Amino acid sequence: MSKIVLRGRKVVGGVAEGEAFVTRDTISGWGGIDSNTGTIIERRHEKAGQSFKDKILVFPGAKGSSGYSHFFHLARVAGASPKAMLFNKMTAKAALGAVVTRAPAMTDFDRDPLSLIEDGDWVKVDADQGVVEITKKAGSKPATPAE
Amino acid sequence: MKLTDAEKAMLDGAQGKAKQKAMDLLVRYGEALGAERLVDVTNVASTFNAGSPAMKPYAEKGMDAVFSKFNLDSDEVVETPQVEVYTCQLIHGIDTQNAHVTGVAEEGVNRQKTAERFFGGRGVAMFNTCTPYQVGNVPVKGEHCAWMESSAVVYCNSVLGARTNTEGRESTGAASITGKIPYWGYHVPENRLGTHLVDVEVDVDSMMDWGLLGYYVGEIVEEDIPVLAGIRNVPSMIKLKHFGAASASSGGVEMYHIPGVTPEADTVEDAFGSRKPRERFKYGKAERKIAYDNLNSSAKDTAVDFVMLGCPHNTVEQVWTIARLLDGRKLSPNTQLWVFTPRALRDAAELAGYGDMIRKAGGHLMSDTCPAIGRIVPEGTKVVATDSAKQAHYLPAMLKTQTWFGTVEDCVNAALTGQWRGGLS
Repeated sequence: MSKIVLRGRKVVGGVAEGEAFVTRDTISGWGGIDSNTGTIIERRHEKAGQSFKDKILVFPGAKGSSGYSHFFHLARVAGASPKAMLFNKMTAKAALGAVVTRAPAMTDFDRDPLSLIEDGDWVKVDADQGVVEITKKAGSKPATPAE
Repeated sequence: MKLTDAEKAMLDGAQGKAKQKAMDLLVRYGEALGAERLVDVTNVASTFNAGSPAMKPYAEKGMDAVFSKFNLDSDEVVETPQVEVYTCQLIHGIDTQNAHVTGVAEEGVNRQKTAERFFGGRGVAMFNTCTPYQVGNVPVKGEHCAWMESSAVVYCNSVLGARTNTEGRESTGAASITGKIPYWGYHVPENRLGTHLVDVEVDVDSMMDWGLLGYYVGEIVEEDIPVLAGIRNVPSMIKLKHFGAASASSGGVEMYHIPGVTPEADTVEDAFGSRKPRERFKYGKAERKIAYDNLNSSAKDTAVDFVMLGCPHNTVEQVWTIARLLDGRKLSPNTQLWVFTPRALRDAAELAGYGDMIRKAGGHLMSDTCPAIGRIVPEGTKVVATDSAKQAHYLPAMLKTQTWFGTVEDCVNAALTGQWRGGLS
């Protein structure tokens, strides 16, 4: 099993590990997720019908309504939020959503997490140290670094 | 993040528990953004709603519990202080005067009314609209604000030249009682310059034209800053509120420039500062058709159950236009019509008799909410018609309805005949 290490900037501190939930589509809070289950509900989203609950959510960034943070906040209250968040594009929505989710979160990576992490990989996030450690799931081919 | 002595004192609790919690959230948020400091804001647009079902367990403990949890992200219940700066309530889920029409349960209505009195008493102006700039909250150019509501944010930045990011419930709650927000994004002058040049090659005139342009441009630029070149007619507020809402729905546009019209650019060169456009694309007949087809992609059945007009909330002039189109006629027995305007403008429309004209035809004049925010359509609705690109974008996803998009005339015709006969001319 190969291990990959990514470095990035802390958005919200803390340490968490779990299975990766990876999407290349941005996520909308209001109108985009079901806060009670952590399920993506947006009609044409590639992960429509799947839940990020207790997973390490790897995504490009936030989009849509200013209700974004409130719906992630409600997901935390319902126990349906992700264990950690890794995203590429910083916006006010993405930052506030991560803050009120109160799970470790990181951005500004040295390599693109979307090209290195796949669904089901085991991901350890140490946001305080700015380090993400990825253990590829058994059977997956080694990821090619995106250089 | 660097804090001033006064901000540090607030964080240490010198001004009470609520402001301490607010400052704690603002520091966590500012650090998440990578902001170096906070900036003073003088204008906040937020939501203090307690009517939605998710608020119920907190509202039962009192409004301080709602405010602490959802407007400050505080686990500890703190006493809600007076607002520090001008703050207004945006659109929310319940029209408390039309709950019999929308079918909202009375307990939700009562919670919302309690919240309005409670937060009103702490200084929040109860505008209950997505268009606060229509009813007495018009920030001036350069004013630092903390606003929610994507269609209001893009209007605030682009048309008014005031400065705000798309904030959330927690950050605007904290801003309302501290007068602070992270200095980041659209607060910083160089982040307000254009990124994409759009060569507009067709006449953009009617409200529908502006919605189509916004929907097309938003999808391409996503969260960047388009500059519209080639606009020949100065658009009215109605058209700009529609354009901004459309672009903030298909993309996440928070700022745009129309040289010669919007206040931060007299020329295309002004709009880009010393930079070159990162991308350039045209908007012509074919692009207009693409936007129209995308907006109508969820609809097949021409029998229309429900017509929704007023997203963003209608001006009085728009209500008058609708009332005139309905005057002396009756809606199809199979179709319902809801017309939305801000609460304060509804009074003006009622004074002038427009509410009577709409009701006489069988429609309803409403305020405070909309179908997407309140997740409310008449029972059994399968097919919707609307003149709003934003509702046409969201309703199929949120309420699983087929949704037609067209002109206000197309929509009123559908309400009168029960049939969609709109099209692109």
